[in-house]
Amino acid sequence: MTALVEAFDLAKVFDVSPPWLNRVLEHKPRQYVRAVDGVSFTIRKGTTLALVGESGCGKSTVARLLVGLYEPTRGQVRFDGLETQTAWHTAEGRALRRRMQMIFQDPYASLNPRWTVRDIVAEPLREHALVSDSAALTERVSELLRQVGLAAADMVKFPHQFSGGQRQRISIARALATQPEFLVCDEPTSALDVSVQAQVLNIMKDLQRQRGLTYLFISHNLAVVRHVSDDVGVMYLGRLVELADKSTLFASPRHPYTRMLLDAIPDIGMTGRARTPVQGEVPNPLSPPSGCAFHPRCPHANERCKVERPALLEFKGIRVACHAVMEGRIDAAA
Amino acid sequence: MSQPLLEVKHLRVEFPTRRGTLVALEDVNFDIAPGEILGVVGESGAGKSLTGSSIIGLLEPPGRIAAGEIRLEGERIDNLPPDRMRAIRGRRIGAIFQDPLTSLNPLYTIGRQLVETIQTHLPLNASDARARAIALLKETGIPAAEARFDQYPHQFSGGMRQRVVIALALAAEPKLIVADEPTTALDVSIQAQIIALLKRTARQHGAAVMLVTHDMGVIAEASDRVAVMYAGRIAEIGPVQQVIHQPAHPYTVGLMGSIPSMESSRERLLQIDGAMPRLNAIPPGCAFNPRCPKVFERCRHERPDLLQGPATRAACWLLDPAGGGVR
Repeated sequence: MTALVEAFDLAKVFDVSPPWLNRVLEHKPRQYVRAVDGVSFTIRKGTTLALVGESGCGKSTVARLLVGLYEPTRGQVRFDGLETQTAWHTAEGRALRRRMQMIFQDPYASLNPRWTVRDIVAEPLREHALVSDSAALTERVSELLRQVGLAAADMVKFPHQFSGGQRQRISIARALATQPEFLVCDEPTSALDVSVQAQVLNIMKDLQRQRGLTYLFISHNLAVVRHVSDDVGVMYLGRLVELADKSTLFASPRHPYTRMLLDAIPDIGMTGRARTPVQGEVPNPLSPPSGCAFHPRCPHANERCKVERPALLEFKGIRVACHAVMEGRIDAAA
Repeated sequence: MSQPLLEVKHLRVEFPTRRGTLVALEDVNFDIAPGEILGVVGESGAGKSLTGSSIIGLLEPPGRIAAGEIRLEGERIDNLPPDRMRAIRGRRIGAIFQDPLTSLNPLYTIGRQLVETIQTHLPLNASDARARAIALLKETGIPAAEARFDQYPHQFSGGMRQRVVIALALAAEPKLIVADEPTTALDVSIQAQIIALLKRTARQHGAAVMLVTHDMGVIAEASDRVAVMYAGRIAEIGPVQQVIHQPAHPYTVGLMGSIPSMESSRERLLQIDGAMPRLNAIPPGCAFNPRCPKVFERCRHERPDLLQGPATRAACWLLDPAGGGVR
């Protein structure tokens, strides 16, 4: 299968310096956060890449870089072979925007409360001038609503008349309006109850099967990721630490951070089991640790890990950024 | 079993509104033994947090307890005047809320907040209270507790703040801890640490814990028994293993099937169609009947009470031998 989306050495640095006056009066230096620092991956057509990690690891920033909501500080994104950063400013860019859409986390904040569902779902169609006359627009909107399990009669209602799960379906209908090939889903089910989450995840899977959609799925919930994804990338402080296909990652995680994450999730199948206690917290991204960013929490860290940052390297079919794995200090069985 | 520490009997909570009275909780019955952790699960709006706030006596007006009783160590606490309830809250019932940032006063050091709580409830002088506060911080796993004592909440991370909130709840060694979504705002690695801490404190202090959450994984990990709530009632209650692996109520079956698991690899998740009814439109009979795959005639008219099933107790007519349902 061919790659639809490719990211090369993607990086985004945010300037979080204090205001000019404070810098002058209090002699404070400029400060930068490397939210995403050299992330590369490819997403094959028709598959789902999931990015997981704890809050502040840069997964949402990657999503926004891919769809062009942020401009990368370094690196580039290719969509279907086209370099997006230059393409956004050309006529091709407009077509490109039609081919990728985004679903946001909070279905309460991402729908305009003063618009009817018809206006919301029809906006991308109007914006891209895909459908012109009003009758055809209504027809298309009702078709989209049916696809996500809502009724055509719902289009005259306002967002507040729907529950959280129904609102997220409206978001999905809106994202599908331009018939995109690539959907970026930033925590699409985190705000929903489990039974509603199941409904939304099932719709997303059905749509992928019917239309061959490609997803970038962002989540902090590893059980959800295991359910929806084909490939999984694990992020820690702005970098990918492990990238592998789903079954390999969950069966034999290599990176100590991935192991820690997998160990930490409470799962209904494992009642009463003793967990390995996880130590420490995610460090402040303003002053990330030297060397491997995970070394202060890592049980396998040595002198090399403190000074030299590991690169994401090929290892037995997967890619992992860890000196201990590469040197064979961690055995696969442990 | 010894005498239960907390008994909730036929609890009914109402919200009078202009358009009539909304019944938010009805006929809720359960008890918790000393040292036991009872998990309460359910989806948003099922009434789990409301049950918690009724117990700690912090029901938001106009909500009120309309019927039933709540007993702590045999003593009725649901009808106490506010000042008597204040003395119980903190001393005998500790509360942990979801958002650690809003449970702490940002203007006071955490040391001052701890000492204030300790001195309100226990007859200790300033230096003893300080020593106790530092011991509590150490117990909840805060490194360099002496140095942290004089810091403000904003200097702590989310996980550390939640530890401070737990330390505050434990300050007067309460018999009962009501923890309302204590890990929801936290990352998984921190969540695991907090659950371990809650479990340890329940065992060490012999405190009963009511753990309210929507995360079944957390319940499976931490609790001894679990109550599943639906539309203001308990749908099923029983030992945690049995509720997860041999649920009797169709709602519990659906709820368990809709959770993506780390073990099974089903292509599609089980889904319960529809959504929980609003409080002003609870259907007659069993509240779950419009969504239930096994619904039969009796469910539409008659409301089931908790009935004894094979391993758990569930409010479902399927468990009634004379019910006429097909399991």
